[in-house]
Amino acid sequence: RLHPGQPLGVLDGIPVAVKDNFNTAGIETTCASNMLKGYIPPYNATVVQKLLDQGAVLLGKTNLDEFAMGSGTTDGVFGPVRNPWSYSRQYKEKNPSKSHSENEDSKWVITGGSSGGSAAAVSSFTCFAALGSDTGGSTRNPAAHCGVVGLKPTYGLISRHGLIPLVNSMDVPGILTRHVDDAAIVLGLLAGHDPKDSTTIQDTFKPFELPHSIDIRKLCIGIPKEYHVPGLSSEVQALWSKAADLFKDAGAKVIEVSLPHTPYSIVCYHVLCTAEVASNMARFDGLEYGHRADMKQSTESMYAATRREGFNDVVRGRILSGNYFLLKENYENYFVKAQKVRRLIANDFVKVFGSGVDILLTPTTLSDAAPYMEFIKEDNRTRSAQDDILTQAANMAGLPAVSVPAALSKRGLPLGLQFIGRSFQEKQLLTVAKWFENQAKFPVIHLEDMKRHDCSDFQHQKSVSSL
Amino acid sequence: EQVPAAVLEHLERLALVDFRDAEGVRRLREAVRFAERLHDVDTEGLEPMDSVLEDRCLYLREDDVTEGNCTKELLKNAREKIEEYFVAPPGNIPLPKLEERETFEQQS
Repeated sequence: RLHPGQPLGVLDGIPVAVKDNFNTAGIETTCASNMLKGYIPPYNATVVQKLLDQGAVLLGKTNLDEFAMGSGTTDGVFGPVRNPWSYSRQYKEKNPSKSHSENEDSKWVITGGSSGGSAAAVSSFTCFAALGSDTGGSTRNPAAHCGVVGLKPTYGLISRHGLIPLVNSMDVPGILTRHVDDAAIVLGLLAGHDPKDSTTIQDTFKPFELPHSIDIRKLCIGIPKEYHVPGLSSEVQALWSKAADLFKDAGAKVIEVSLPHTPYSIVCYHVLCTAEVASNMARFDGLEYGHRADMKQSTESMYAATRREGFNDVVRGRILSGNYFLLKENYENYFVKAQKVRRLIANDFVKVFGSGVDILLTPTTLSDAAPYMEFIKEDNRTRSAQDDILTQAANMAGLPAVSVPAALSKRGLPLGLQFIGRSFQEKQLLTVAKWFENQAKFPVIHLEDMKRHDCSDFQHQKSVSSL
Repeated sequence: EQVPAAVLEHLERLALVDFRDAEGVRRLREAVRFAERLHDVDTEGLEPMDSVLEDRCLYLREDDVTEGNCTKELLKNAREKIEEYFVAPPGNIPLPKLEERETFEQQS
């Protein structure tokens, strides 16, 4: 098709990867859960269809935390994803092995999550772009840890039809690429109203190209002071300041702003997310699709057994918590209360953007990627609460946000910075991101030859069964 | 503040998911404790926010059949079926009571 100049589209022949919570017709879609092992969807998610219509080559489905719940991509049934940077020259130089037995296997770092597989695929040059999903930071977090661009579009811009839902009011498909320009290209192909997703806006979307030369002098960059959270590593702190100075020196107006309800966004998310999860996971009962337990005594006992067998502890824990918050006696005090707090959080952003600020600049993660052995010492909920802190509020308010690789840490691992923009102003957001990307000149990953390991070394040990 | 055993049982029945062990119960208690922080926020006079798109009108399409007739494809994914029906075990039978299960007797 390329030869006679008749490509299907811009992405004809270009390899892409898709997170395994997007339905792909005829191709197993598991959400990294036993509940959907062997499930073959009869249709493509809208975004997948759009990619395929372009002629994009689907290389595969990528690993994730089970049902996209998690911030490390460590809790799926296929095991954890290893950050490609664990095998980079940059990381190895800063972390030399002390002995032959203590090789890379004990020091590999996580990708972040929950779209860790997609981030790793893009980061390791396996594909041009990958689809992730973002509910609390699940695209931006692994993007930052893997040194790639992770775009969370405005809620309502890209269709969720075919994206197995986690939190209907916050989920969005995410885009992972190595460069901001690429993210803009993919965005242009995916955005737009979809009659099959009633939460997509009806405005016509105009795909855009980012300008080559960018003048940021008319811009006002806001630095939200509440994002100086405890636990923010001094490295990230310094990088953030440095970036702010970069903008200032180039002539942009850089001011401190306040988003006072930021400290409550994690709690608010915790309640709303578990509540919506309790509802969304109710469809998995073994009857129409997915795993079915061999229990025949009654419908309820079959459902219960199916769900006990199919879901991991993280998912089950969230379902139970969600149901708790939705109990009649708790509904007002927890669920409705959280919805009111959500309004406060969203309003914080409205006020700030209404006062002349164009873009917010914040860190994406608290630090660089943790070694897997460290990460699994804490349970999933604790980790998620810690790791989502900087990314979560953008989902609350439905705003577009992008993580751009900024620099390498002392340990030789990527650090990203986040830009948050106004609703549906992706063009402005990505223009600023591109300017920053050009200034940051983030290094290319130098992947070295890996020794051929014994298969058993890669066998994931599900050691923390309390998760 | 303890979550009473009766509530735990009720939750298991509503969710059709079990706590499995003391760890699961502990996690719920942690989750509830964590959520308490919400009460520090003054939300007097505020409307709950259902959707960030609340200021927009929902898209409504014409009530015409545009697709469907995919019974065979949909049934492919079901494990037990007869003709065009999904087959379930008998309904209207409640789950066994808590005393008959060993989930968390020691915990409350």
